[in-house]
Amino acid sequence: MYYNALGEKVSRARYREMLNAAKNRRELIAAGLYGRRELAKMGLLTAGGMLLPKIGLSARARTPFAVTSQAASPMTRSFVDPLFVMPQAQALPPFRPLNPAPTVAPNTAAGESRTRPHQALTQFPPQKFYYVTQHAIQATQSPDLPVQTLWAFDDTHNACSPGPTYVNHYGVPILVRNNNRLPPPDQNGGFGMPSVTTHLHNGHTPSESDGFACDYFEIGHWYDQHYPNVLAGILSTHPGTGDINEALSTLWYHDHRVMFTAQNTYKGLVGYYLLFNQFDTGSEDSGFRLPSYPQFDIPLVFADKVYDPTTGLLFFDLFSLDGILGDKFLVNGKIQPFFKVHPRRYRFRLLNTGPSRFYEFFLTDLNNLSANNPYWVIANDGNLLPAPVQVTSARIGVAERIDVIIDFTPFAGKSIYLENRLNQINGQGPVISNPNGTGATECNCPEILPAGGGNLLMRFDVDTDFVRDESADPRTQTFYQLPQVVAPRVVRTFKFDRLNGQWSINGQFMDCNDIRFHVSQNSAENWILTNATGDWTHPIHIHLEEHQILSRNRVPPPLPIEGSRKDVSQLHPNERVQLFFRFRDWLGRYPLHCHNVVHEDHAMMLRWEVVPDGTGDKVEVP
Amino acid sequence: MNETSRRNLLSFSGLAPLAGGLLAARAGAAATEAATTLSARERIRERYFPDVILRTQNNEKVRFYEDLIKDKIVTLNFFYAQCDGVCPGITANLAKVQRALANRVGRDIFMCSFTLKPAEDTPKALRDYANLYHAKPGWTFLTGRPDDLELLRRSLGFTDPVPAVDKDKSQHIGNIKIGNEPLMLWTACPGMAHADWILKAISWMDRSPSALEKACCDGKS
Repeated sequence: MYYNALGEKVSRARYREMLNAAKNRRELIAAGLYGRRELAKMGLLTAGGMLLPKIGLSARARTPFAVTSQAASPMTRSFVDPLFVMPQAQALPPFRPLNPAPTVAPNTAAGESRTRPHQALTQFPPQKFYYVTQHAIQATQSPDLPVQTLWAFDDTHNACSPGPTYVNHYGVPILVRNNNRLPPPDQNGGFGMPSVTTHLHNGHTPSESDGFACDYFEIGHWYDQHYPNVLAGILSTHPGTGDINEALSTLWYHDHRVMFTAQNTYKGLVGYYLLFNQFDTGSEDSGFRLPSYPQFDIPLVFADKVYDPTTGLLFFDLFSLDGILGDKFLVNGKIQPFFKVHPRRYRFRLLNTGPSRFYEFFLTDLNNLSANNPYWVIANDGNLLPAPVQVTSARIGVAERIDVIIDFTPFAGKSIYLENRLNQINGQGPVISNPNGTGATECNCPEILPAGGGNLLMRFDVDTDFVRDESADPRTQTFYQLPQVVAPRVVRTFKFDRLNGQWSINGQFMDCNDIRFHVSQNSAENWILTNATGDWTHPIHIHLEEHQILSRNRVPPPLPIEGSRKDVSQLHPNERVQLFFRFRDWLGRYPLHCHNVVHEDHAMMLRWEVVPDGTGDKVEVP
Repeated sequence: MNETSRRNLLSFSGLAPLAGGLLAARAGAAATEAATTLSARERIRERYFPDVILRTQNNEKVRFYEDLIKDKIVTLNFFYAQCDGVCPGITANLAKVQRALANRVGRDIFMCSFTLKPAEDTPKALRDYANLYHAKPGWTFLTGRPDDLELLRRSLGFTDPVPAVDKDKSQHIGNIKIGNEPLMLWTACPGMAHADWILKAISWMDRSPSALEKACCDGKS
């Protein structure tokens, strides 16, 4: 029997056709036979055709064959939709206050599902209030696919997926009343759990507002989330101000419902949350003079998805344990959009929402495939680096972000593509071409596909309209210093493992009621992550505080991008990664988990807690 | 989707490539609707649930879809009687789950354990195994034709992406798939998780108002 990647039976002839198409294409790439016309013919420009579909799909090993290139989703044309830029989330006007008014204690009687009082509501009283509803919408992701039913966030002005972009400033606390009005499960089109908890990813957020995986709430209920928007250290190491070197800029929000995060985020529950301050001002006329938001500062959400070949509707593999790869690449909810830009500098924020894929971003000129087109990385996981770093590519796993500066001046009048050239064929992570690599530097050397041979994600059409550009030249810039590293109170070790297909951390599984260890408030720790899962790569995320990578396999990370502040660290095959943390300001429960959301949903997560100073434990292997 | 108001649709379409795109998409939708009239539930059934004929520990013939999972809340796992790796712990966990759910098992919740070694796990061997763990009615142990069980295993995702590991039965997938077939809710729990946690995951499959009242949130300790 022969199967395609969706696990559907296909004829032997169709199967051979699929294999041949993939083989032809690989040979063409290997032979360097790509010119623009050839690419167009082969569907990279028109996207479709027999030769196109490469690398894909549901990572589940259903077929007995090592099939990597199969046609699953229906054909869609590329670069026919303009980029959708998410609207800014709108706070309620002052004359329309929240009713009932927010309370410190959970307002259970009125339908609130919060279980703990707000720990900082009176200390950092909200100055802006948002009323947000999660509900279903109808949306198009490609003119060649039917209207899709997605789950969206609605701020009373716009209901969209990705959701509206929160734009906030340090020193202005906010409160979001988050309502669940999703449809019941029998109306969900085959996947999605209408029981939700919204995590503010990278937020320095009190536990009860963090969107902890077990703080889910049901249809008809709501939950007040208080975001103080303060710098880490404000109640501890840097009283009254917080540590400016802990400033965050590119955060995002997403559903975190325990055991259903993959389904719910795939269905649309993701969005951006931007924070500005006196340096990263949102205006190129002040502070660090980064390109102005929103005209020249564009948040991009990347997601890869599969569509049912018969209905054209979004397809989610309900029974995958390993990871899900899509053969369609969406940016801000559209398949392979185009974006018109002027010849000047832009800031793009790049976010990988998964579910399971890693990306390595290149700028590709299809008329000159041998050209290296450099750009600047200014932030890692949304946090500005000590200084911009010029690169020709940068890699991110699920939930990681990079902020980049692209100068389109050299491309005036031309089109240039953002391309993912990382080779990945299943949920294990990037294909490792040198499994014996040291792992200390280049991630055991993952395979990079030839220029034009990867996944073209979006196209920039650069006009010849030379507009004003007051943004700073990245060559001359510096941003924040790295926060000070001090001796840890305790060094804890976490072994990420897989036993008979069961994802585990230190041999145990996610359980909302199981508190695995207690961190003393306002103390420093080292966490050592070790990978015992063979060839798998895991993006590991820890809530509440950022970390700094001290070493990979006992060698300090030499890469200037990685030697920075992080909230997700890639754990490559056979690696040992040592992290430095401080845990400040708030108390309560937070998770540590793999952000391949399929692994996360299958128990590769644990719960830990911050407890009052001096009462933490010293359990070294929690 | 009453929630999807005209306002939402309009506000969103304003950001799309405008009317042309939407119209084309609608035309596409009409075409695909004509091509298939299957509901989402039927598509899931077609994709994942082959209606293979199996045999229970009581030597009764049953169909996987029609008899074991249709209209039910179910737990599904694979094991074999002579497995001395993860199976005993997982089966003991399931026995705890059955005891805790008491008479709901066999009424609206059903537990199914499928053998990975149908040649040696005859109905009689399965009966002995079930007795060893004091399994009660509503928890069915199943054997059948090897090809059918293999098809079921692959369809339900009890597979390892590394072929050599996938072939090694001692490394078989130890997860328990948990689902509500009519509501199309599916998840999976490690078989070696705490029995209380497996029970919690099963409780989420029950979307009746009384169950939801208790469901609201977790980890209160």
